[in-house]
Amino acid sequence: MNDSLFTGKLVRLAAQDPEKDAATIATWDKDTEYTRLLAVDPVTPPQLKNKRERLERMPNPHFYSFGVRTLADDKLIGFVALLRVNHVHGDAFVGIGMGDPAYRGKGYGTDAMNLILRYAFQELNLHRVSLDAVATNARAVRSYEKCGFVLEGQTRGTEFRNGIRDNIVSMGVLREEWESKQVKS
Amino acid sequence: MVLQLFEGEKIRFAAFDADKDAEIFSKWTHDPEYLRLTEYEAARPLAPFHIKKKFEEMEKDAHGDFYYFVLRAKEDDRAIGFAHIRWVEWNHGNAHFNLAIGSPDDRRKGLGSEALQMLLRYAFEELNLYRFTTHTFEYNDGAQNFLTKHGFQLEVRRREAIYRDGRYWDALSYGILAEEWAKSADSK
Repeated sequence: MNDSLFTGKLVRLAAQDPEKDAATIATWDKDTEYTRLLAVDPVTPPQLKNKRERLERMPNPHFYSFGVRTLADDKLIGFVALLRVNHVHGDAFVGIGMGDPAYRGKGYGTDAMNLILRYAFQELNLHRVSLDAVATNARAVRSYEKCGFVLEGQTRGTEFRNGIRDNIVSMGVLREEWESKQVKS
Repeated sequence: MVLQLFEGEKIRFAAFDADKDAEIFSKWTHDPEYLRLTEYEAARPLAPFHIKKKFEEMEKDAHGDFYYFVLRAKEDDRAIGFAHIRWVEWNHGNAHFNLAIGSPDDRRKGLGSEALQMLLRYAFEELNLYRFTTHTFEYNDGAQNFLTKHGFQLEVRRREAIYRDGRYWDALSYGILAEEWAKSADSK
């Protein structure tokens, strides 16, 4: 087991700097194919000021957000965040985005997800982590399965874009499932 | 065409009126069973002052996208519960709702069914939603039977997402599509 909580095989988790990182995030968010996969809200052109203000919010016990940086050259390539963290039930949702297209489909996102799961289970002592994804985002779903997430259901026809209705898949991983996976690998 | 969306047989939908309603809403929050059946957050009693404040905060967080109804018994105009719709995803035609009958004395009398029928009609014929979503807990058999009876399907089972009374329980999501509702007895 890696003794550094924030360092994986390909990436590390870092604080997000409102001054330096907002511009990079705003550049990623011009890509609507990407932003449409991140949230159900209607997409809008990114505003640098909004991105900075989001990063300026004080950290709190219900929201943990990290920048994802490559170990090779410390390049900011995405984000990963635990949101709606409920410490009473030990429950949280995770959101992830590999903003830089050059780093998609190569294991960087999976590595970042593994890091935040370790943080969720071994630092925050949560019991489970949940996520929702568009059913057609096969690459993401495959990555989540690799990290130990299992399908827990689908909300029918909840995604309506380009005139096509798709399901939203809900996935979850329990701490004991994640732990038994660590022993094996 | 149904013209009266807010008038049922035994109940009606009314706006929240803090002066009239805060007292009884506060009383319900002193009943842990009520809180366990309806709330994801840890149980905690609220004073009428904080009921009013909580309502104002919910309204503010919703940025105007908030549909909150106090359920009133037509026989004596008393508040018996609430129904509200939040998190409307207009671009996808989905929204989430919550519905509760406050006093145990008012449950199992069909008042909740009537309220849900009115809320479904509002969702599909006023807001023109494509689907409607709600959430409950593994231990709330009453809610599960109630939703199934009204045509909802269990869509998501978040395993062990709730820790209460020394054990984990699943969190459940239910959904109904407009086309399913249109074929059901509730829409007639």
